[in-house]
Amino acid sequence: MATAAEQAARSTRTVQLVSFTVGNEEYGVDIMAVREIRAWSETTPLPNTPEVVRGVINMRGAIVPIFDLRARFGMPRTEPTKYNVVIIVSVSARIVGILVDAVSDIITINEDEIRPMPDMEQVSGLGFMEGLITVGDRMVGLIGLERMFSGRMLEAADSTGKPLLAGPNEAAA
Amino acid sequence: MDDLAQFKQTFFSECEELLGDLEGHLMALQAGEGDNGTLNAVFRAIHSIKGGAGAFGFERLVAFAHIFETVLDLMRDGRLEPTPDSVLLVLHCADILSDLVKAAQNGTELSPGHENDGRKSLIDLAASIGVDADPNAADAALAALDAQLAGGGGLDDEPEPVVAAAPEPEPEAAPAAPAKAPLLKYVVKFEPRDALYQRANEPLILIRELRELGGFLAKADAEAVPSLDQIQPEGAYIKWEFEIETDRGEQAIRDVFEFVLDDCLLEVTCLNPPAPTAAAKPAAEPKPAAAEAPKAEAPKAEAAPAVAPAAAPKTETPKPAAATPKAEAGGGGGGGGETKAARSIRVDLDRVDKLVNMVGELVITHAMIAQQTEHLHADQHPELANGLAELSHHIRDLQESVMAMRAQPVKSVFARLPRLVRELAMMTNKKIRLDMSGENTEIDKTVIEQLGDPLTHMIRNSCDHGIETPDDRTAAGKPPEGVIHVSADQRGGRIVIEITDDGRGINREKVMKKAIEKKLVAPDAVLSNEEIDNLIFLPGFSTADTVSNISGRGVGMDVVRQNIQSLGGRVHIQSRPGQGSSFILTLPLTLAVLDGMVLKVGVQSYILPLANIVESLRPEKDQINVVANQSELLRIRGEYVPLVYLHRIFKVPKGIDDPTKALVIIVEMEDSSKMGLVVDEIIGQQQVVIKSLEENFDPIRGVGAATILGNGRVSLILDVAGIKHIAEHESQQRPPRLAAPAA
Repeated sequence: MATAAEQAARSTRTVQLVSFTVGNEEYGVDIMAVREIRAWSETTPLPNTPEVVRGVINMRGAIVPIFDLRARFGMPRTEPTKYNVVIIVSVSARIVGILVDAVSDIITINEDEIRPMPDMEQVSGLGFMEGLITVGDRMVGLIGLERMFSGRMLEAADSTGKPLLAGPNEAAA
Repeated sequence: MDDLAQFKQTFFSECEELLGDLEGHLMALQAGEGDNGTLNAVFRAIHSIKGGAGAFGFERLVAFAHIFETVLDLMRDGRLEPTPDSVLLVLHCADILSDLVKAAQNGTELSPGHENDGRKSLIDLAASIGVDADPNAADAALAALDAQLAGGGGLDDEPEPVVAAAPEPEPEAAPAAPAKAPLLKYVVKFEPRDALYQRANEPLILIRELRELGGFLAKADAEAVPSLDQIQPEGAYIKWEFEIETDRGEQAIRDVFEFVLDDCLLEVTCLNPPAPTAAAKPAAEPKPAAAEAPKAEAPKAEAAPAVAPAAAPKTETPKPAAATPKAEAGGGGGGGGETKAARSIRVDLDRVDKLVNMVGELVITHAMIAQQTEHLHADQHPELANGLAELSHHIRDLQESVMAMRAQPVKSVFARLPRLVRELAMMTNKKIRLDMSGENTEIDKTVIEQLGDPLTHMIRNSCDHGIETPDDRTAAGKPPEGVIHVSADQRGGRIVIEITDDGRGINREKVMKKAIEKKLVAPDAVLSNEEIDNLIFLPGFSTADTVSNISGRGVGMDVVRQNIQSLGGRVHIQSRPGQGSSFILTLPLTLAVLDGMVLKVGVQSYILPLANIVESLRPEKDQINVVANQSELLRIRGEYVPLVYLHRIFKVPKGIDDPTKALVIIVEMEDSSKMGLVVDEIIGQQQVVIKSLEENFDPIRGVGAATILGNGRVSLILDVAGIKHIAEHESQQRPPRLAAPAA
């Protein structure tokens, strides 16, 4: 009986996601992890770090690293404008920022509506994706923050296989 | 029970201090430098621990401390000669005591026989001169202690018989005095203050002890005892006057009151002073602090103060009053025999840290205001300019004061080294002498706390691997006794600790072989001597042929390095075969703030710690030389310094590539090697608050930490050793690219 009740509870457990866009794609993270959402501000770059790492910002006295999600997905780095948004999340006792294009929505779904990632070669580099959600006719990718920022961040960032931060000539452009 | 827990906490932190002091005194004893004062200090420490332990009911601790104390008492009386053996025993027992304290603190139970051998040796030692220090005595002491507590605390109504005995004159109890010293007659005036009772002291015990000294007459003056309804249960109303005839001297009398000196008025006058010696110096008494005891009238003469607490057990008023005498004792103290009457308070470290953080924020805020007002002309806003300048001074003072609060002399860590070395020498059958210097160098408390383990490891290593056996040493033409020198010194913004031995040095062949065997380096790798030496810091490296329980499990030196690095420090080793090795350990002075130079490199600015900077210059073309078409060297006063371009190391766009148009900052590393860092320009000097990068990110080579500048932006603090590492790494990998712009 207890199990049945538990099951019922589980199936109706709802999850709220903050969804945002990167290019034409839409993704979401658990709202409970989100600390704040702020406009893009210039970062202080960290030397010899992968492209994904945009640098660090001062968030009320704490030094917070900002990750470029677009670069993380293997696309060229974001050319941020003041309309770009940084979502500050807390993950494994650390505070990090994720640079995205725009925040789009807050989505409330049942946990059982999350579809697992299809098992295929093309998504093998996307181990941080926790699942997919369908909202209306849109597909929203659910990002597992713990998976994305597990262990050492530089290694996590490195897993894109992208070259290190561009050299002088390239970056000067 | 919260209160009790808090008191326990205080007790244990006091124990820690006492045991730390104890160690120092014992070392002095062992070195033969101890005098009676040292023995007294040792005795006091043990006694204080015993007293506290009794209050909290740590019976095992009390029992052991008691026997220990008995033997020490015999020693300070001169009845037991402190021979090397007995001093060793004392050292051993101090260890046992420390174990017992730890067990009590952690609430764990040591194995039943843990203290037995020490205890037996102590009893035997005491028995050797016919004194019985047996457990029974300990029980008696416990009982006495209980009585003492009960009397002072006012919780028990038993102490009456005690009281009756007190004032009674008992001249006949005087033991026949050995006729070596003249019998002198003293008048002792003893006036307890409230605090004496509040600290669970019992005059009766003092009086009994006094009686032991010789012919004795006691008069109690109970004039001041108020009527029952006015009586303060823990108040002190009775004073005594004793006449004592003794050959033991005035000091023996004063010693009786040793632990209550701050809480009473004591006056010792000799009635028939021996002519030549300048006797009795009552000036040492804390007279001015008197005028505390209530002066109400009461005729009853035999009512001793112990009655008072018993008489009014329901009145729970003394709590607020307790604060006064305590504060007074603190302020008026120093009259006693103690040499260092350090006035101090205990503050929770968290509070200090909060203060440190606040000061950090203040520094940032100040920088922000300064930046905002930069464009205003000082002559148009003189007050503002002056105010800002003063604010800057005050903040700096404030910050130094706060950091000083956290600073402690390294002595506390060094204190445990002598006996470590001694034990290691015994275990390895070597002769080792330990020299120490710079023990008073102060370092941040956090650093001190975490310095113990790495230091121990390095000393072990030196003893085990460095110093040879006496035979080997003699064969090598060295004195049979090896020397380990540990020194601490402040150099610039860092503390340098060096551990130098005059042993055999590192066997590079063996190290190299081992490293290749363990696949730590490639078999064909060519390493410099220094690189080979520092292989011992690699994880999983150990050259010990056999695993000893001193060192050689291969978990030593890499852990040392990790520990030191986590403190923002570095460690490396220098070795000369046959002559010895030095571990050189550098640590930051504080963990919070540093003086830095703001540098501009291309589009970025960085902070370079001022401590690293030797000088800066814009070199002439002919000062720059190229070696092997790859390394650029700057010739400066006959010295050649390699040039390192910061913008290349960090891949910052738009940095100046021509050193004659840029600026070269000569920086010095801990190993005193130099490097010319090429940057665009220096913006200015600034005090910055160190913010950890690792809190939310990973360590980055070449970057020590981050800070927040006045404009609110993050700036990175450079780590020159890391930059050097990148430079060396890069030049090996891609020599042509670095060399290209040289021409």
